[in-house]
Amino acid sequence: MVPLNWYLVLAAFIFSCGLYAALARRNAIAALMGIELMLNAVNINLVAFWRYGELVERLEGQVFALFVIAVAAAEVAVGLALIISVYRSRRTVNLDELDLLQG
Amino acid sequence: MPGLDALPFPLPTVQQVIFILIAGMTVTGALITALAPNLFHNALGLVLAFFGVAGVYVLLEAEFLAVSQVLIYVGAIATLITFAIMLTRGMMFGRTSSTNRLMLSTAIISALFFLVLTGLLVNVAWPEIGAELAGSEQMIADLGEMFVTTYLVPFELMALLLLAALAGAILLARD
Repeated sequence: MVPLNWYLVLAAFIFSCGLYAALARRNAIAALMGIELMLNAVNINLVAFWRYGELVERLEGQVFALFVIAVAAAEVAVGLALIISVYRSRRTVNLDELDLLQG
Repeated sequence: MPGLDALPFPLPTVQQVIFILIAGMTVTGALITALAPNLFHNALGLVLAFFGVAGVYVLLEAEFLAVSQVLIYVGAIATLITFAIMLTRGMMFGRTSSTNRLMLSTAIISALFFLVLTGLLVNVAWPEIGAELAGSEQMIADLGEMFVTTYLVPFELMALLLLAALAGAILLARD
């Protein structure tokens, strides 16, 4: 039997990798990949707590995880459309060079 | 086996060995995504991480969620990311570094975050595994029923959100 905290430590590790990628990468698409990793870590947490909880026949954890997957799909679509649009007008996706709004 | 009784920890069960293998695959994918300098390698590492997470769902007996994960994340999102990488190829020549000036502080903060979380998580007495689950057909039927009875409003809002995202993405990426 796998203890619950193994799943939670795995999710914490994936979340930390996603946090690093989202904050420290120059390319906008690499930052988006970090956000996807963080969402996946949260989903692992949700499903693990659903399985190891008392109300396991109510399936709430799976429903929540499915909603998170759907929202992540919508967010990736819009984010990548934004990145492609920015690339078309400014010819770069380097986040350091996209500082038009900076004071 | 007599020789293995001298180990300081108990021998892992089959489920734990499978979990360690799947977790190793997921961790490898996540590390490649976060650390590799080549952008296309990051996308491939992301695909590996998604497959690993689907394996974790299968271990947790949420099979429908595992199939949805593979279909949506690997089939749609990873493909979309690969297309976007190929359409914005300005950074593929490795002239500049792949991380910005926040790299060191972010690495320290991420590592500290992980260590603090792990220190918290291993010291709590978590509950044991719950009751036996019904079969997977019954679970899929129950999932469908929950989506149209208890969670009807979030379901319809999700449809609205996906429609808005679709229209917005097409409008933004148009010439």
